[in-house]
Amino acid sequence: MEERRYRSASGAPIALRRRQHSASCRELAVRGPRLQLRSLSALTSAVWLAAYGLFVLSQNSMVLSAAIFITLIGLIIYLHFVKIDQESLLVIGSLGIQVTSSYASGKESTTFIEMGQVKDVVINEAIHMQKVIYYLCILLQDPGDPQGVSEVVPLFQSSKPRLDCLIEVYKSCQEILEQRKTAPQSS
Amino acid sequence: MVLKVFFPSCCSSAESGILIGRWISEQNSAVILAVVHFPFIPVQVKQYLSEVQRVTKVSVSVLGSWSHSKQEKEESLSEFLEDLGTIFSHEPWIQISKEGGSKFWSCSTLQKHSNNPKEEEIILVYYDQRKVMLSHLHPPLDTGTSTDHKADDASKLSAIFDTVAKSKILFMTDRYDDGPIKLTHWQSDGVEASIIVELMKQASVPACMLLTFLLSLISGICRSRVLKFWPLSFLWSKLSTCEQLGHRLQHLQVLSSNKKAETQTQLMRKANIFVSLLIDVALGILLMSWLYRKNRIGHLADTLIPMADHVAEELQDLLQWLMGAPAGLKMNRALDQVLGRFFLYHIHLWISYIHLMSPFIEMILWYVGLSACLGLTVALCILSDIIALLTFHIYCFYVYGARLYCLKIYGLSSLWRLFRGKKWNVLRQRVDSCSYDLDQLFIGTLLFTILLFLLPTTALYYLVFTLLRLLVVVVQGLIHLLVDLIDSLPLYSIILRLCRSYRLAAGVKFRVLEQQDGKPLRLLMQINPLSYGSVVQTYRLPTYSCYPKDSWTSLCKKLFLGELIYPWKHKGEKQD
Repeated sequence: MEERRYRSASGAPIALRRRQHSASCRELAVRGPRLQLRSLSALTSAVWLAAYGLFVLSQNSMVLSAAIFITLIGLIIYLHFVKIDQESLLVIGSLGIQVTSSYASGKESTTFIEMGQVKDVVINEAIHMQKVIYYLCILLQDPGDPQGVSEVVPLFQSSKPRLDCLIEVYKSCQEILEQRKTAPQSS
Repeated sequence: MVLKVFFPSCCSSAESGILIGRWISEQNSAVILAVVHFPFIPVQVKQYLSEVQRVTKVSVSVLGSWSHSKQEKEESLSEFLEDLGTIFSHEPWIQISKEGGSKFWSCSTLQKHSNNPKEEEIILVYYDQRKVMLSHLHPPLDTGTSTDHKADDASKLSAIFDTVAKSKILFMTDRYDDGPIKLTHWQSDGVEASIIVELMKQASVPACMLLTFLLSLISGICRSRVLKFWPLSFLWSKLSTCEQLGHRLQHLQVLSSNKKAETQTQLMRKANIFVSLLIDVALGILLMSWLYRKNRIGHLADTLIPMADHVAEELQDLLQWLMGAPAGLKMNRALDQVLGRFFLYHIHLWISYIHLMSPFIEMILWYVGLSACLGLTVALCILSDIIALLTFHIYCFYVYGARLYCLKIYGLSSLWRLFRGKKWNVLRQRVDSCSYDLDQLFIGTLLFTILLFLLPTTALYYLVFTLLRLLVVVVQGLIHLLVDLIDSLPLYSIILRLCRSYRLAAGVKFRVLEQQDGKPLRLLMQINPLSYGSVVQTYRLPTYSCYPKDSWTSLCKKLFLGELIYPWKHKGEKQD
């Protein structure tokens, strides 16, 4: 198991962790920056100061309870649905590829793609806002057309690593995907 | 190629024996269903397996051997197990052994007829047998339509789920049976059953028969000739309450049919309909108990007449305003007065009609409120119908205004063509040039001028009444949206997803367990449940109403030309 530091497309520090469980099973996890206590306290204090100011103006105590309620609900929604801590890729040769996103509240959302559906794993370019960024994606096989691609599944969408990190992940994946081409077909 | 062995986690603590299951050669994977313990007679095992194969249509066979020893590996046992491989010939013969309390098992294969001497890698995947058996794998929504490829290799996991699900009969023998074969699987400690479920199954047969009889009576009455006379049939088709009652009757017919549901979708649909009906009736009875307490129905009836009066008075004020100088616009006095008096007389008729009905309103409302026990949806439909009846005069005014405006627009466009020397050719459906006589042109121009200068007045009346009508339509539309929501929400599926999430599977997820060098890769296969959005989308109940097919542009065009708009069409009506 090894861990190396890289940067994301927007400059934030991210870490790539590689684990080799067996000859045909590898796990690659990209961890983004955690939620900072500093920014959380700053935001909460700003909201509560504004609410207190409104309370002084309007003398209605509902403003204060509403501000507390909104802060709590907003924080829960942010932690459970928005903030992704870690995105990992588990490649098991001859079974499939599993993509997991772990949220800050502990929720994990997983998708498993069978090896028969995977055509290839490639690095693609995309125009995102005012930048051109690289992203890693899985190409899914079209069942009707052997040359066609039915769907493109982009990976590491929230951490957006830069090209150097993507090349490492790409090399690891390709080593395992090669095995399925060199392995003899079952009778 | 890599060999994948799917091992049920309930057999981890089983005694030594042989493994039975299904070998899927295309995927090079073995799905182990149970462990047969010593002592056994090989002939009886083969007989039992062929029986099971005949009943379940799953090719169950002996796949290998399982040895669970408390101490270190025993040499004699391992030779005995290899010899078993010659009795039950299976290629490859899988040998799994667990020593002591160690988590890491050793797994090897014996290949007699193999070409490559290289040791192939083995992946051991643990799965929860009960959950995989009960779960239903849903294909992704976009590929669900192409069925021709599904059979071959679209989802290799569905083969595994199918194998376990179809082998239900294998799991019916437990350790207390006195047969010659002793198995270990998830139910081997005792077959599970629920008394409540069994009682309900017994009670459902006579209940279904009774319900079918009642429904046939009711549908016979509905179809009788008495109700098909013109005024009544027109009334039934216009009232949304009758549509909703017919829809619910259809649901009850689906529920009470004697045929058992074959596929999973049919079973879920029946369950959804049942739960939806139950919740609907429960909410309806709750509403009824709230309405009839403290004589709220009486209060409602008392406020209904003054409210209708108030609406009529507001309309009269509006018309007086239009007859004056509305928003500073100068209207044509004569036409204004005619239209205003015409509509005022209508309102006068309407108020007298309401006052005629007022002594009976409370009684009618009391009896109509009783029908809320048929469901909350029926109560909402009754509310929507009451709103439609109370605002009938607005509907009439809208129709008058629209027809007048429409006539005017058509007249204007035809006379405008005359101005330019053109004519509409009905045969060819196009505009042709035409030479008019002088007197035709003269009268045409005169009429054109008159219509043009009377346009603002008519247009204003049309605008005001169209806005009022649209307001009523929006309110009715919201009520119908709520009724549709209650009708089509698959509550049973949502509750199932909440409580027994493994029953609705979107896929699987693998977790890598602790590894040890030299031992096979250990993975845990868990079920990935369907998301709530896909649950609602897959199991939505169909409803009878279709939303307006007109896009916004065609709606605006119709409004501009003065054509009448019918926003809600039902599926049974003819399309024009």
